[in-house]
Amino acid sequence: MTRLIFVSPDGNETTVEASAGDSVMQAALSGTVEGIVAECGGAMMCATCHVYVADDWSPKVGMASDDERAMLDFAASEVKPTSRLSCQITITDELDGLTLYLPDAQI
Amino acid sequence: MTLQRVVIVGGGHGGFQMAASLRGDGFKGEVLLVGDEPGLPYQRPPLSKAFLKHGDSARLDLRPSAFFEKNEIFLMPQTRVTGIDPESKHITTCSGKEIAYDHLVLATGSRNARPPIANLDLKNVLTLRNLADAADLRSRLTAARHVLVVGGGFIGMEFAAVAPTLSVNATVIEGAERLMARAVSDTMSMHFLKSHQGWGTRIRLGQFVSGLLDDGTGNVAGARLADGSEIAGDIVLIAAGVVPNSELATDAGLAVSDGIDVDDLLRTSNPDISALGDCCNFPDPLSGRRVRLESVQTATDHARTISKRLTGQPASYTAVPWFWSDQGDLKLQIAGLGAGADEHVAHEPEKGGLVVLSFAAGRLVSVETVDSASTHMTARKLFGSGRIVSKPELAAVNYNLVDYARAV
Repeated sequence: MTRLIFVSPDGNETTVEASAGDSVMQAALSGTVEGIVAECGGAMMCATCHVYVADDWSPKVGMASDDERAMLDFAASEVKPTSRLSCQITITDELDGLTLYLPDAQI
Repeated sequence: MTLQRVVIVGGGHGGFQMAASLRGDGFKGEVLLVGDEPGLPYQRPPLSKAFLKHGDSARLDLRPSAFFEKNEIFLMPQTRVTGIDPESKHITTCSGKEIAYDHLVLATGSRNARPPIANLDLKNVLTLRNLADAADLRSRLTAARHVLVVGGGFIGMEFAAVAPTLSVNATVIEGAERLMARAVSDTMSMHFLKSHQGWGTRIRLGQFVSGLLDDGTGNVAGARLADGSEIAGDIVLIAAGVVPNSELATDAGLAVSDGIDVDDLLRTSNPDISALGDCCNFPDPLSGRRVRLESVQTATDHARTISKRLTGQPASYTAVPWFWSDQGDLKLQIAGLGAGADEHVAHEPEKGGLVVLSFAAGRLVSVETVDSASTHMTARKLFGSGRIVSKPELAAVNYNLVDYARAV
């Protein structure tokens, strides 16, 4: 299992045990993390599973693709260089301990 | 007046969102979500796509059971609602139980149409709407060689795109002269026709199925077309559109036409009953026409609008319609409604893909894109802003919507 740590805007941390191969979005929903809406279910048709990847994890997770960036432009909260759609991050064993910050709003 | 109990009939995307939004908007009363299927509310779009490959139903759940407990959303699965009594404000379930409501939300969705085709009751004649349908189809595909798809709309074409990846041949039989005719422009239909043909799918346009063939043991063996020709197939998927589940509303005396009639606030003709999603027809904010849309976006945005009203912040429904369909490596995205369009302009962006802009009386009303997410999202933003975008304005920027949006 891979541990993911979600940090809400008010600083509350939620740790979720996730399986390699799942997306970060799926792990967040399974772990009832508040602040991930995931309207389209991971089809990259919305920007409601927006997360900020912790700076030190960002190189390991990678940057958003062009299409993902286009969707992020529609996000309800500020888009930063570390912004990702969590449906597009596939969990691997190397991401154990990955910390993700949730935006103020998804819609 | 404070509502004590909201009862939601239908546990699809819209019903789920209705319950979730009520809690998100601070509703303190009881929330009951009554659905006729077993299990937790789940995502339907993957049923005709990824699910047919992975078959893992747990990955479809919209939320885990802990979400419903935490939010005090009372689920009543496998519970068919058989009647509504608007006078005494209660519903009756299949087991004869009466459940009182202060406000009722009808999120009953739609069901597959049964076209007038002989022998529809043969074995291996399937439909695709819910998880049980998809699981059944998936299990039978392992032994299938050739699937006949009756109907070239989104569901039929999404299935047809998956079939070759599962080593199954598919033939699509469509009555119209082009694919997805109700949803997209001629140019887009043609683009997908060529792609599907390239993936090995046979497509018969302008052809109606008159009857299905019996192999002599009650299994389907193929289809006979109206022109007398026959096509062999060991599974037939009927994907010929849907009909709204509006009978409960009709029986309760509510106004119903093509779906349950609602106003701009999504109220039915009874003030204590709202309706959302596939089962209702509502005034489209852009064109003013009454429409009934079958999409996740419509259902969930309807739910949000109703939730706001029930929690004291009433506002008209104004969301921009958007749709998507994943077929093979193509991602079709649609923003707006092209039904009233009288003019189309197609162009291929430098990066690849396809963009079709549709106009009604010179005004941009719909943008269809393949593999051009930035154009799609720009269209959603523009439509959402209420800005009237004219054809000459777009012609001046070579119909590049992204450039246009940057300049205004």
